[in-house]
Amino acid sequence: MAKSLAESLKSDPARPTTDAAVASMSFEEALAELELIVQKLERGQLDLDAAIKAYERGTELRQHCTTKLKEAELRVEKLSFDAAGNARLQPLDPA
Amino acid sequence: MSETSSNIAEYSVSELAFALKRTVEDSFGLVRVRGEISGFKRAASGHVYLALKDDRAVLDAVAWRNTLGRLAFEPGDGLEVICVGRLTTYPGRSKYQLVVERMEPAGIGALLAQLDERRRRLEAEGLFDVSRKRPLPVLPGVIGIVTSPTGSVIRDILHRLEERFPRRVLVWPVPVQGEGAREAIAAAIDGFSGMPEGGAIPRPDLIIVARGGGSIEDLWAFNEEIVVRAAAACSIPLISAVGHETDTTLIDLAADHRAPTPTAAAEMAVPVRRELMLQLDQLRMRQQAGLGRTIDEMRRHVDGVARGLAHPSRLLGTAAQRLDDLSERLRLRPPAEVVRVQRLQLLGRGARLDEVAADMIRRSTEALSAISGRLAIETLTGRLETGLSTLARMSPRLDQATRGRLRAYGERVEALSALCHSLGPQRVLERGYVLVRDETGSLVTTADDAKSKAHLSIVFRDAALNVVPELDERPITRRRPAGNRSKTAGKQETLL
Repeated sequence: MAKSLAESLKSDPARPTTDAAVASMSFEEALAELELIVQKLERGQLDLDAAIKAYERGTELRQHCTTKLKEAELRVEKLSFDAAGNARLQPLDPA
Repeated sequence: MSETSSNIAEYSVSELAFALKRTVEDSFGLVRVRGEISGFKRAASGHVYLALKDDRAVLDAVAWRNTLGRLAFEPGDGLEVICVGRLTTYPGRSKYQLVVERMEPAGIGALLAQLDERRRRLEAEGLFDVSRKRPLPVLPGVIGIVTSPTGSVIRDILHRLEERFPRRVLVWPVPVQGEGAREAIAAAIDGFSGMPEGGAIPRPDLIIVARGGGSIEDLWAFNEEIVVRAAAACSIPLISAVGHETDTTLIDLAADHRAPTPTAAAEMAVPVRRELMLQLDQLRMRQQAGLGRTIDEMRRHVDGVARGLAHPSRLLGTAAQRLDDLSERLRLRPPAEVVRVQRLQLLGRGARLDEVAADMIRRSTEALSAISGRLAIETLTGRLETGLSTLARMSPRLDQATRGRLRAYGERVEALSALCHSLGPQRVLERGYVLVRDETGSLVTTADDAKSKAHLSIVFRDAALNVVPELDERPITRRRPAGNRSKTAGKQETLL
């Protein structure tokens, strides 16, 4: 799953490449940019200044991804409707 | 006749009709009957009136509204069905009929034919086009599930989600078969699809429509056009997971992705969190190693360059010293002073320039005078006298040398003349020979030659004598006396 996910991300043209505010990025956007940054760093084609900037950006993206991964709580609710047809949420116990 | 008639019990119409009704209901009760639907008609009340028929008989039937709602399929004219119900009569119209309690298609074939027709029609509309399929989000924040809130299906999905990557889940409860199922399912899909972003209820990033396995009739709601259209129109990526792997319903064709089972739908919906953590950790290490490599490379580069540089403190020391020096000089000699000194120097140099120029002119004049003095006439006369005396001294020697050489030449000429004379024709003439010449002076040595000449000159020892040649074939004999010879010569002279 993780592999095909990385591949699908690379082909996504709508994916922002640089300078997007990390906090508003989706997990896959952040992960895709992180992959790019790591590849750039590994190729060693950046000068020192750019490399350090890329590293800082990468760290920010990685922390964003990690935060997203930590938001891992199963929270199950079901929709119910009152007489007027208004939806509300209530816990579901799938007994 | 009348007596006979009077013996038979008399019924009212009603009595008979209700007696029949009892008989029919008691005798047949619950029946199961197979036939083809005809005259299918839905009344405003929602009840349905129809007839079941075969090749020889017709049976009227009625299906009350609540019964019809439970049907897993859409009944209609021409469809062969098996109905379960009670036979009853309708005394008001002298009529018997079947009250249908359950109805099912008589054969799978009938249902499949209906399904096939619908599939082709919706496919022609483009509802199943591959180009409509959307990719699933990698990590959906909220997952909407349209299914029964109880039972194994929702449990299986939630269980697998928790294993892989626990998420927030919204369940939209629906009946998955029977009365109202199709409307409820379609409404749930539409409901999720229409949720605004950032509303009170979070809009799902992904929808799963799920149902467990069952017969084709059980799954029929997911073949219903209203449900298929809702799935195709859904604005959120949708996974269908209806029935078992071998069952294909029309919603599977309209969904963005089809999962063979509800559990598989959960696997499609979320990645494995542990794997992502691992991937992130690997990225972290690669990131650090990458930067490390860049820094190492830079350091090597810097080291390489630094080796070619003088030590900074040394450069700095020299510069500092120079700065001190300059500062000191600047302090000792403020700019105005420097200008004054420079001006003085300039004036001094200007004066010296005048002196140098005057000196050069003076020296040139002196040199010129010296050379002029050496140009005096005495020098030249002296040289002339010397030349003359040399000439005077040399002249006698030249005369002497010339004279000596002339004498030597004279002696040699005389010697050669004597030799020449001894060898010359004169000596021959003195021995008695003559020379014959023509008028041009050329020697004539043959008679033939002499014959052609007008005059000849015979040269003797003492003198030449002119003669005219005359042909004489007589040979001259050497025995003639000397007198004859002179006589001949005289004769020849005479002949001339």
